[in-house]
Amino acid sequence: MLLISCPNCGSRDETEFHYGGQAHVAYPENPHELTDREWAEFLFYRDNTKGSFAERWLHSTGCRQWFNMLRDTVTYDIQAVYPMGTPRPDAAGQRTADTGTASTAADSTTTGSAAPDISGTSTSATSISSTPAPEGATK
Amino acid sequence: MAETAAPATSYEKNLSLRVSPAAQLRADFETGSVRGVVELSEVAFLTMVGLRINRTSDAGERIVSITGGLPAACGDVSDHGDTSVLWLGPEEFLVVAPREAHESLGGDLIQALREALGDGAGQVVDLSANRTTFELRGPRARAVLEKGCSLDLHPRVLKAGTALSTEIGNIPVVLWKTGDESYRLFPRASFADFLGRWLLDAMREYASPEVP
Repeated sequence: MLLISCPNCGSRDETEFHYGGQAHVAYPENPHELTDREWAEFLFYRDNTKGSFAERWLHSTGCRQWFNMLRDTVTYDIQAVYPMGTPRPDAAGQRTADTGTASTAADSTTTGSAAPDISGTSTSATSISSTPAPEGATK
Repeated sequence: MAETAAPATSYEKNLSLRVSPAAQLRADFETGSVRGVVELSEVAFLTMVGLRINRTSDAGERIVSITGGLPAACGDVSDHGDTSVLWLGPEEFLVVAPREAHESLGGDLIQALREALGDGAGQVVDLSANRTTFELRGPRARAVLEKGCSLDLHPRVLKAGTALSTEIGNIPVVLWKTGDESYRLFPRASFADFLGRWLLDAMREYASPEVP
Protein backbone atom coordinates (compact mmCIF):
# COMPACT_ATOMS: atom_id res chain seq x y z
CA MET A 1 0.00 0.00 0.00
CA LEU A 2 1.41 3.35 -1.05
CA LEU A 3 0.90 6.28 1.29
CA ILE A 4 0.34 9.19 -1.09
CA SER A 5 0.55 12.76 0.12
CA CYS A 6 -2.32 14.66 -1.49
CA PRO A 7 -1.52 18.40 -1.81
CA ASN A 8 -4.93 19.23 -0.31
CA CYS A 9 -5.65 16.44 2.15
CA GLY A 10 -2.30 15.13 3.35
CA SER A 11 -1.23 11.49 3.50
CA ARG A 12 -3.90 9.01 2.46
CA ASP A 13 -4.01 5.40 1.40
CA GLU A 14 -3.36 4.50 -2.22
CA THR A 15 -6.90 3.05 -2.47
CA GLU A 16 -8.36 6.57 -2.26
CA PHE A 17 -6.58 7.56 -5.48
CA HIS A 18 -6.92 6.83 -9.16
CA TYR A 19 -4.00 6.63 -11.53
CA GLY A 20 -4.04 8.95 -14.52
CA GLY A 21 -1.11 7.73 -16.59
CA GLN A 22 1.92 9.60 -17.77
CA ALA A 23 2.06 13.32 -17.07
CA HIS A 24 3.27 16.07 -19.40
CA VAL A 25 1.86 14.55 -22.59
CA ALA A 26 1.06 17.78 -24.39
CA TYR A 27 -1.92 17.98 -26.71
CA PRO A 28 -0.68 18.59 -30.27
CA GLU A 29 -0.93 22.21 -31.35
CA ASN A 30 -2.42 21.33 -34.73
CA PRO A 31 -3.98 17.88 -34.47
CA HIS A 32 -5.26 18.06 -38.06
CA GLU A 33 -1.76 18.29 -39.43
CA LEU A 34 -0.61 15.09 -37.80
CA THR A 35 -0.25 11.88 -39.70
CA ASP A 36 -2.20 8.89 -38.47
CA ARG A 37 0.94 7.48 -36.97
CA GLU A 38 1.76 10.68 -35.05
CA TRP A 39 -1.82 10.89 -33.81
CA ALA A 40 -1.75 7.28 -32.69
CA GLU A 41 1.51 7.89 -30.89
CA PHE A 42 0.00 10.84 -29.09
CA LEU A 43 -3.06 8.84 -28.10
CA PHE A 44 -1.63 5.48 -27.20
CA TYR A 45 2.16 5.52 -26.90
CA ARG A 46 3.53 6.16 -23.44
CA ASP A 47 6.90 5.81 -21.82
CA ASN A 48 7.54 2.65 -19.87
CA THR A 49 10.24 4.06 -17.68
CA LYS A 50 12.25 2.05 -15.24
CA GLY A 51 13.08 4.62 -12.58
CA SER A 52 11.72 8.11 -12.01
CA PHE A 53 8.41 8.55 -13.80
CA ALA A 54 6.12 11.60 -13.83
CA GLU A 55 2.49 10.58 -13.62
CA ARG A 56 -0.92 12.02 -12.91
CA TRP A 57 -3.05 11.02 -9.92
CA LEU A 58 -6.58 11.85 -8.84
CA HIS A 59 -7.63 11.90 -5.19
CA SER A 60 -11.00 10.46 -6.14
CA THR A 61 -12.32 9.62 -2.67
CA GLY A 62 -11.10 12.85 -1.08
CA CYS A 63 -10.85 16.29 -2.62
CA ARG A 64 -11.34 14.99 -6.21
CA GLN A 65 -8.42 17.06 -7.48
CA TRP A 66 -5.74 16.03 -9.93
CA PHE A 67 -2.04 16.40 -9.20
CA ASN A 68 1.29 15.24 -10.58
CA MET A 69 3.65 12.88 -8.88
CA LEU A 70 7.23 11.84 -9.55
CA ARG A 71 7.55 8.21 -8.57
CA ASP A 72 10.27 5.63 -8.93
CA THR A 73 8.70 2.69 -10.74
CA VAL A 74 11.21 0.29 -9.23
CA THR A 75 11.31 1.29 -5.59
CA TYR A 76 7.90 3.03 -5.50
CA ASP A 77 9.67 5.92 -3.80
CA ILE A 78 7.55 9.07 -4.21
CA GLN A 79 10.09 11.77 -5.06
CA ALA A 80 7.87 14.79 -5.59
CA VAL A 81 4.22 15.85 -5.57
CA TYR A 82 3.50 18.99 -7.58
CA PRO A 83 0.47 20.77 -9.08
CA MET A 84 -0.94 20.18 -12.53
CA GLY A 85 0.48 22.50 -15.14
CA THR A 86 3.89 22.96 -13.55
CA PRO A 87 7.00 21.53 -15.19
CA ARG A 88 8.47 18.29 -14.02
CA PRO A 89 10.85 18.92 -11.13
CA ASP A 90 14.37 17.62 -11.43
CA ALA A 91 14.49 14.52 -9.28
CA ALA A 92 18.07 15.16 -8.24
CA GLY A 93 17.30 18.81 -7.47
CA GLN A 94 14.19 18.04 -5.46
CA ARG A 95 15.81 15.41 -3.34
CA THR A 96 19.11 15.42 -1.56
CA ALA A 97 22.14 14.06 -3.34
CA ASP A 98 21.79 10.62 -1.81
CA THR A 99 18.77 9.82 -3.99
CA GLY A 100 20.87 8.87 -6.96
CA THR A 101 22.93 6.36 -5.11
CA ALA A 102 20.10 5.28 -2.83
CA SER A 103 17.84 4.40 -5.73
CA THR A 104 20.37 2.12 -7.33
CA ALA A 105 21.13 0.55 -3.99
CA ALA A 106 17.44 0.01 -3.31
CA ASP A 107 17.11 -1.36 -6.80
CA SER A 108 19.69 -4.00 -6.15
CA THR A 109 18.23 -4.96 -2.80
CA THR A 110 14.65 -5.21 -4.06
CA THR A 111 15.64 -7.29 -7.03
CA GLY A 112 17.64 -9.52 -4.76
CA SER A 113 15.12 -10.13 -2.00
CA ALA A 114 11.61 -9.02 -2.71
CA ALA A 115 10.80 -9.33 -6.38
CA PRO A 116 12.46 -12.15 -8.26
CA ASP A 117 10.51 -11.51 -11.46
CA ILE A 118 11.97 -8.00 -11.66
CA SER A 119 15.46 -9.41 -11.47
CA GLY A 120 14.66 -11.46 -14.53
CA THR A 121 13.72 -8.38 -16.48
CA SER A 122 16.60 -6.34 -15.19
CA THR A 123 19.13 -8.79 -16.59
CA SER A 124 17.60 -8.38 -20.03
CA ALA A 125 17.36 -4.58 -19.75
CA THR A 126 20.31 -3.01 -21.46
CA SER A 127 19.71 0.58 -20.36
CA ILE A 128 20.50 -0.19 -16.74
CA SER A 129 24.13 0.36 -15.92
CA SER A 130 25.72 -2.99 -15.36
CA THR A 131 26.09 -3.57 -11.66
CA PRO A 132 27.01 -6.86 -10.07
CA ALA A 133 23.74 -6.88 -8.11
CA PRO A 134 21.48 -8.52 -10.72
CA GLU A 135 23.97 -11.31 -11.23
CA GLY A 136 24.10 -11.88 -7.50
CA ALA A 137 20.33 -11.79 -7.43
CA THR A 138 19.99 -14.41 -10.12
CA LYS A 139 22.31 -16.72 -8.24
CA MET B 1 -42.68 5.59 8.22
CA ALA B 2 -46.07 7.12 8.90
CA GLU B 3 -45.06 10.12 10.93
CA THR B 4 -48.30 12.05 10.69
CA ALA B 5 -51.45 10.37 11.92
CA ALA B 6 -53.78 11.77 9.30
CA PRO B 7 -52.12 13.47 6.37
CA ALA B 8 -54.21 16.41 5.36
CA THR B 9 -53.02 16.75 1.79
CA SER B 10 -51.58 14.43 -0.81
CA TYR B 11 -48.38 16.45 -0.48
CA GLU B 12 -48.02 15.55 3.19
CA LYS B 13 -49.03 11.99 2.42
CA ASN B 14 -46.21 11.70 -0.10
CA LEU B 15 -43.71 12.91 2.48
CA SER B 16 -45.00 10.42 5.03
CA LEU B 17 -44.55 7.61 2.51
CA ARG B 18 -40.91 8.24 1.75
CA VAL B 19 -38.47 5.58 2.93
CA SER B 20 -34.97 6.37 4.12
CA PRO B 21 -32.08 4.34 2.64
CA ALA B 22 -31.46 2.37 5.85
CA ALA B 23 -35.07 2.20 7.09
CA GLN B 24 -35.05 -1.59 6.89
CA LEU B 25 -32.20 -1.67 9.43
CA ARG B 26 -33.94 0.42 12.07
CA ALA B 27 -34.80 -2.57 14.30
CA ASP B 28 -31.30 -3.99 13.81
CA PHE B 29 -29.79 -0.67 14.88
CA GLU B 30 -31.94 -0.78 18.04
CA THR B 31 -30.90 -4.30 19.00
CA GLY B 32 -27.32 -3.93 17.82
CA SER B 33 -26.61 -0.78 19.82
CA VAL B 34 -24.94 -1.37 23.18
CA ARG B 35 -26.24 1.31 25.56
CA GLY B 36 -23.48 3.42 27.00
CA VAL B 37 -20.82 1.66 24.88
CA VAL B 38 -21.56 2.23 21.23
CA GLU B 39 -24.88 3.21 19.69
CA LEU B 40 -25.85 3.48 16.04
CA SER B 41 -28.85 5.19 14.51
CA GLU B 42 -29.90 6.67 11.21
CA VAL B 43 -30.76 10.35 10.98
CA ALA B 44 -32.96 10.30 7.94
CA PHE B 45 -33.73 13.00 5.38
CA LEU B 46 -31.28 15.69 6.44
CA THR B 47 -31.13 18.55 3.99
CA MET B 48 -27.87 18.49 2.06
CA VAL B 49 -26.77 20.91 -0.60
CA GLY B 50 -23.74 20.54 -2.82
CA LEU B 51 -21.88 23.78 -3.41
CA ARG B 52 -19.26 24.37 -6.08
CA ILE B 53 -18.01 27.87 -5.63
CA ASN B 54 -14.81 29.83 -5.39
CA ARG B 55 -14.72 31.11 -1.80
CA THR B 56 -13.15 34.42 -2.70
CA SER B 57 -15.42 35.28 -5.62
CA ASP B 58 -18.35 37.68 -5.33
CA ALA B 59 -20.85 34.83 -5.49
CA GLY B 60 -18.81 33.03 -2.83
CA GLU B 61 -19.10 36.00 -0.52
CA ARG B 62 -22.85 36.18 -1.12
CA ILE B 63 -23.12 32.50 -0.20
CA VAL B 64 -21.04 33.08 2.93
CA SER B 65 -23.69 35.54 4.05
CA ILE B 66 -26.25 32.69 3.92
CA THR B 67 -24.18 29.86 5.37
CA GLY B 68 -22.20 31.96 7.82
CA GLY B 69 -18.90 30.84 6.32
CA LEU B 70 -17.20 28.48 3.92
CA PRO B 71 -14.43 26.25 5.35
CA ALA B 72 -10.94 27.03 4.08
CA ALA B 73 -9.01 23.77 4.34
CA CYS B 74 -9.38 20.01 4.39
CA GLY B 75 -11.27 18.84 7.49
CA ASP B 76 -12.73 22.23 8.35
CA VAL B 77 -16.41 22.63 9.18
CA SER B 78 -18.10 25.99 9.53
CA ASP B 79 -21.15 26.03 11.79
CA HIS B 80 -23.89 28.61 11.65
CA GLY B 81 -26.80 27.79 13.91
CA ASP B 82 -27.96 24.31 12.94
CA THR B 83 -26.50 24.61 9.45
CA SER B 84 -22.99 23.29 8.84
CA VAL B 85 -20.76 23.48 5.79
CA LEU B 86 -18.25 20.66 5.26
CA TRP B 87 -15.11 21.02 3.15
CA LEU B 88 -15.02 18.44 0.36
CA GLY B 89 -12.56 20.09 -2.00
CA PRO B 90 -10.92 23.46 -2.66
CA GLU B 91 -14.07 24.66 -4.40
CA GLU B 92 -16.54 22.01 -3.27
CA PHE B 93 -18.60 22.04 -0.10
CA LEU B 94 -21.48 20.13 1.45
CA VAL B 95 -24.13 22.03 3.38
CA VAL B 96 -25.86 19.91 6.04
CA ALA B 97 -29.02 21.28 7.63
CA PRO B 98 -32.01 19.84 9.50
CA ARG B 99 -34.74 18.28 7.43
CA GLU B 100 -37.05 21.23 8.04
CA ALA B 101 -34.70 23.37 5.96
CA HIS B 102 -35.73 21.49 2.82
CA GLU B 103 -38.23 23.23 0.58
CA SER B 104 -40.55 20.20 0.69
CA LEU B 105 -41.09 20.99 4.38
CA GLY B 106 -41.33 24.71 3.94
CA GLY B 107 -37.67 25.62 4.35
CA ASP B 108 -35.98 28.20 2.18
CA LEU B 109 -32.29 27.29 2.51
CA ILE B 110 -31.79 25.95 -1.00
CA GLN B 111 -33.71 28.77 -2.60
CA ALA B 112 -31.71 31.31 -0.63
CA LEU B 113 -28.45 29.68 -1.75
CA ARG B 114 -29.61 29.67 -5.37
CA GLU B 115 -30.44 33.33 -5.18
CA ALA B 116 -27.10 34.07 -3.54
CA LEU B 117 -25.27 32.28 -6.34
CA GLY B 118 -27.20 34.28 -8.92
CA ASP B 119 -25.35 34.23 -12.22
CA GLY B 120 -21.98 33.66 -10.56
CA ALA B 121 -19.80 30.75 -11.61
CA GLY B 122 -20.68 27.74 -9.50
CA GLN B 123 -23.39 25.30 -8.57
CA VAL B 124 -26.04 24.88 -5.90
CA VAL B 125 -27.47 21.37 -6.10
CA ASP B 126 -30.00 19.73 -3.79
CA LEU B 127 -28.25 16.52 -2.72
CA SER B 128 -30.57 15.58 0.14
CA ALA B 129 -31.34 12.20 -1.41
CA ASN B 130 -27.73 11.50 -2.35
CA ARG B 131 -26.49 10.44 1.07
CA THR B 132 -28.01 9.29 4.30
CA THR B 133 -26.65 9.98 7.77
CA PHE B 134 -25.54 7.50 10.39
CA GLU B 135 -24.83 8.63 13.91
CA LEU B 136 -22.34 6.55 15.89
CA ARG B 137 -21.93 7.47 19.54
CA GLY B 138 -20.21 6.09 22.60
CA PRO B 139 -16.81 5.44 24.11
CA ARG B 140 -16.21 2.56 21.67
CA ALA B 141 -17.26 4.45 18.54
CA ARG B 142 -13.65 5.15 17.62
CA ALA B 143 -12.70 1.49 18.05
CA VAL B 144 -15.53 0.49 15.71
CA LEU B 145 -14.44 2.95 13.03
CA GLU B 146 -10.79 2.00 13.32
CA LYS B 147 -11.65 -1.48 12.07
CA GLY B 148 -12.27 -0.09 8.60
CA CYS B 149 -10.76 3.38 8.36
CA SER B 150 -7.09 4.04 7.81
CA LEU B 151 -7.16 7.63 9.03
CA ASP B 152 -5.64 8.42 12.40
CA LEU B 153 -8.77 8.77 14.52
CA HIS B 154 -6.95 9.37 17.79
CA PRO B 155 -8.32 12.53 19.46
CA ARG B 156 -4.90 14.17 19.43
CA VAL B 157 -5.08 14.15 15.61
CA LEU B 158 -8.80 14.12 14.79
CA LYS B 159 -10.48 16.84 16.80
CA ALA B 160 -14.21 17.23 17.26
CA GLY B 161 -15.62 19.42 14.52
CA THR B 162 -13.58 17.85 11.73
CA ALA B 163 -15.06 16.28 8.61
CA LEU B 164 -12.99 14.19 6.20
CA SER B 165 -13.92 12.47 2.99
CA THR B 166 -12.38 9.01 3.16
CA GLU B 167 -13.09 5.28 3.03
CA ILE B 168 -14.72 3.23 5.77
CA GLY B 169 -15.23 -0.46 5.20
CA ASN B 170 -13.83 0.06 1.69
CA ILE B 171 -16.62 2.41 0.62
CA PRO B 172 -16.39 6.18 0.20
CA VAL B 173 -17.84 8.00 3.18
CA VAL B 174 -17.71 11.51 4.59
CA LEU B 175 -16.76 11.12 8.25
CA TRP B 176 -17.69 14.01 10.52
CA LYS B 177 -16.57 13.98 14.12
CA THR B 178 -19.31 16.01 15.81
CA GLY B 179 -18.24 15.48 19.42
CA ASP B 180 -15.59 13.76 21.49
CA GLU B 181 -17.41 10.43 21.24
CA SER B 182 -19.89 11.00 18.45
CA TYR B 183 -19.49 10.71 14.71
CA ARG B 184 -21.70 11.28 11.71
CA LEU B 185 -21.14 9.15 8.64
CA PHE B 186 -22.50 10.10 5.25
CA PRO B 187 -22.58 7.09 2.93
CA ARG B 188 -24.25 7.32 -0.44
CA ALA B 189 -27.78 5.95 -0.36
CA SER B 190 -26.89 2.81 -2.28
CA PHE B 191 -24.12 2.01 0.22
CA ALA B 192 -26.28 2.66 3.30
CA ASP B 193 -27.42 -0.92 3.74
CA PHE B 194 -23.89 -2.27 3.37
CA LEU B 195 -22.34 0.25 5.75
CA GLY B 196 -25.15 -0.22 8.29
CA ARG B 197 -24.59 -3.96 8.38
CA TRP B 198 -20.82 -3.48 8.38
CA LEU B 199 -21.07 -1.21 11.42
CA LEU B 200 -23.42 -3.61 13.21
CA ASP B 201 -20.91 -6.40 12.66
CA ALA B 202 -18.06 -4.22 13.91
CA MET B 203 -20.10 -3.27 17.00
CA ARG B 204 -21.10 -6.81 17.91
CA GLU B 205 -18.06 -7.68 20.01
CA TYR B 206 -18.75 -4.81 22.43
CA ALA B 207 -22.05 -6.42 23.48
CA SER B 208 -20.10 -9.25 25.10
CA PRO B 209 -18.23 -8.94 28.39
CA GLU B 210 -14.57 -8.16 27.93
CA VAL B 211 -12.33 -11.19 27.95
CA PRO B 212 -9.65 -10.66 30.57
